[in-house]
Amino acid sequence: MTAGPPSGTEVRRDGLHRVAPGRDALIGSRGGRRPGRGGEVVPPAEFRSYYGRAVIKPPVWKAHNIAGYLFLGGAAGGATLLAAGADLTGRPDMRRAARLVSAGATGLSLAVLIADLGKPERFVHMLRVVKPTSPMSIGTWLLSGLSPLVAVAALDEVSGLLPRRWADLVGRLARPSRLAATAIAPAVTTYTGALIANTAVPAWHGAYRELPYLFGASALAAAGGLVAAASPTSEAAPARIAGIAGSVAAQLLDRAVHRRLGMLAEPLTKGRSGRLLRASRWCAGAGIALLTASAVRRSRTLGVAGGLALAAESALTKFGYFHAGTASAADPKYTVVPQREHAPATPA
Amino acid sequence: MTDNLLEGREDPARDSGYPQPPPRMGFFTDTSVCIGCKACEVACKEWNLIPDDGLSLLGMSYDNTGMLGADTWRHVAFIEQDRPLGRQNNAVALMPVGPSSAARNAQVVAAGLGDQHGARLGSETGATRLGPSPDGGPAQPVTADGRTELRWLMASDVCKHCTHAACLDVCPTGSLFRTEFGTVVVQEDICNGCGYCVPACPYGVIDQRKDDGRVWKCTLCYDRLSVGQEPACSKACPTDSIQFGPVDELRERAAHRVEQLHDAGVVEARLYGADPDDGVGGTGAFFLLLDEPEVYGFPPDPVVTTRDLPAMWRHAVIAAVGVAATALAAFAGARR
Ligand code: SF4
Ligand code: SF4
Repeated sequence: MTAGPPSGTEVRRDGLHRVAPGRDALIGSRGGRRPGRGGEVVPPAEFRSYYGRAVIKPPVWKAHNIAGYLFLGGAAGGATLLAAGADLTGRPDMRRAARLVSAGATGLSLAVLIADLGKPERFVHMLRVVKPTSPMSIGTWLLSGLSPLVAVAALDEVSGLLPRRWADLVGRLARPSRLAATAIAPAVTTYTGALIANTAVPAWHGAYRELPYLFGASALAAAGGLVAAASPTSEAAPARIAGIAGSVAAQLLDRAVHRRLGMLAEPLTKGRSGRLLRASRWCAGAGIALLTASAVRRSRTLGVAGGLALAAESALTKFGYFHAGTASAADPKYTVVPQREHAPATPA
Repeated sequence: MTDNLLEGREDPARDSGYPQPPPRMGFFTDTSVCIGCKACEVACKEWNLIPDDGLSLLGMSYDNTGMLGADTWRHVAFIEQDRPLGRQNNAVALMPVGPSSAARNAQVVAAGLGDQHGARLGSETGATRLGPSPDGGPAQPVTADGRTELRWLMASDVCKHCTHAACLDVCPTGSLFRTEFGTVVVQEDICNGCGYCVPACPYGVIDQRKDDGRVWKCTLCYDRLSVGQEPACSKACPTDSIQFGPVDELRERAAHRVEQLHDAGVVEARLYGADPDDGVGGTGAFFLLLDEPEVYGFPPDPVVTTRDLPAMWRHAVIAAVGVAATALAAFAGARR
């Protein structure tokens, strides 16, 4: 581009050219009033905003994909751990159930994550870099590492259906992949807390200290519940214990989050999130009671119902937190009020 | 390099690995001289070939753009306030509002339309001398709807090109990158539309284009900078409200301008984003504002989310150990 007719100041890297008149206009200086009236006229309202519009952008993620993934990824990681334990303690039926749950949940996790991308065909671009500053990058690597390992484990369970050569290969790979999967799985259950906390969303970021624990506990509740539901009562004791422990811990951590957030906890108690989280508390109570009863009465039916209730609790918690984050981002109050407490004071 | 992204100060291009970067470039938007003409919005759209984002009437002010987004990289905010600007005697009483038959109004308007009116609206024109008020005090210019004061705030908002840019830190594909000018740009051939940067930005700048899936935002006209041209918006700004240049120089100029305005009685003038010690390490595009930042739609004290990321990772690792230990305990505790 060549210079056209003069149009305002040219501010180039080598300096100013043709400075516009009025550039440093002393606005508000004509007139005889005392200076300093500016700051006093409007009494501070509860908080101020630009016509009530949001300050930050709420996530563009679809709830069924990303909240769904928060649940599925947790279940996958937890079930992988339970599969390893069942294997080591000689519980073949529970091992089989846990491996199938873990492979199924991992596959679904990848599917919903890819479906949520604006350009799903570019999923592989995630694997160009490893970025510790991005929990999504680390999580993608964890999940991409976990999926083939749990797939091998699941194939090992159904090796009778495979051609001979494949079955042999799967059999030889089974042990090392089990070890590797067990090493990765715990991180898969907790990093999702860091994933959503590492945003400007007030209700998520405000709870960054608690969310990894909450999501890990909730993952154990989901995995314990699903595996308990899918295994015979006689073998499922560890799944029941893990599920109940996870559920109790999740409820306690949920309270801790409420205490931490203060006024930012409002979106967790109101509207859709409030309903989801209240329902999750009901499911937790029901699940714990049913699973305990199933252990005492040796009842498979009670075990299935209790296990599914715990899984539902976990899903409701994840959806509740997801929607609360979106609501806290959409209302400028939750961005402005907490920041105002630290913000530099008004001049004069 | 990641450490630098989290902790580097003041020279983001060098921190990102450019050995001999040119000076960091940015914008100083002096909102006190903004006249709300929106030339910047138009110039930006034209130069960057940004698609139309609908013709809407938002019904809140003369601003019908609303906020920054995938298809709005410059946004001019309009704020109408019932308060004075500096020492200025405002022109409220000169405005023909209310029933035109009101004798007082007609008189005021007629006086105001004298030869001085156009040139000196808003200053002492004499037209506001209304005679003593009923209680004997000095005359107050009052409109038909009872207001005594009026000022307009106008501000052209843009991506802040943060020193510590959350969008860049969280991008899992490396699509967002730091240019040699210290600015933050999306590589559209890399972005896969994961959407992580959208809620990560503490200013609500970057956004996803729905029909395309990828995210878009201001590039500080990377293409123009690369050939020594200034960005389209600052080039088009008729009042030099948007000033482009090396950030160091702009900060000096901005500090001077605040002093100048304070001396002129505009005590509420303040800089926003010019402090390298704020939560984002200072911004490459910063502002002179005449009210609290939140009035313009800015966050009052933004903090880059990745500042807390080391703590988050620590908690995630401890939590993972806890999950593994609980699973172990569950097997240890289960007797058959
Ligand atoms: S303002 Fe937002 S989009 Fe712009 S550089 Fe900062 S974090 Fe990124
Ligand atoms: S949407 Fe694109 S630019 Fe934003 S974080 Fe994802 S890949 Fe990076």
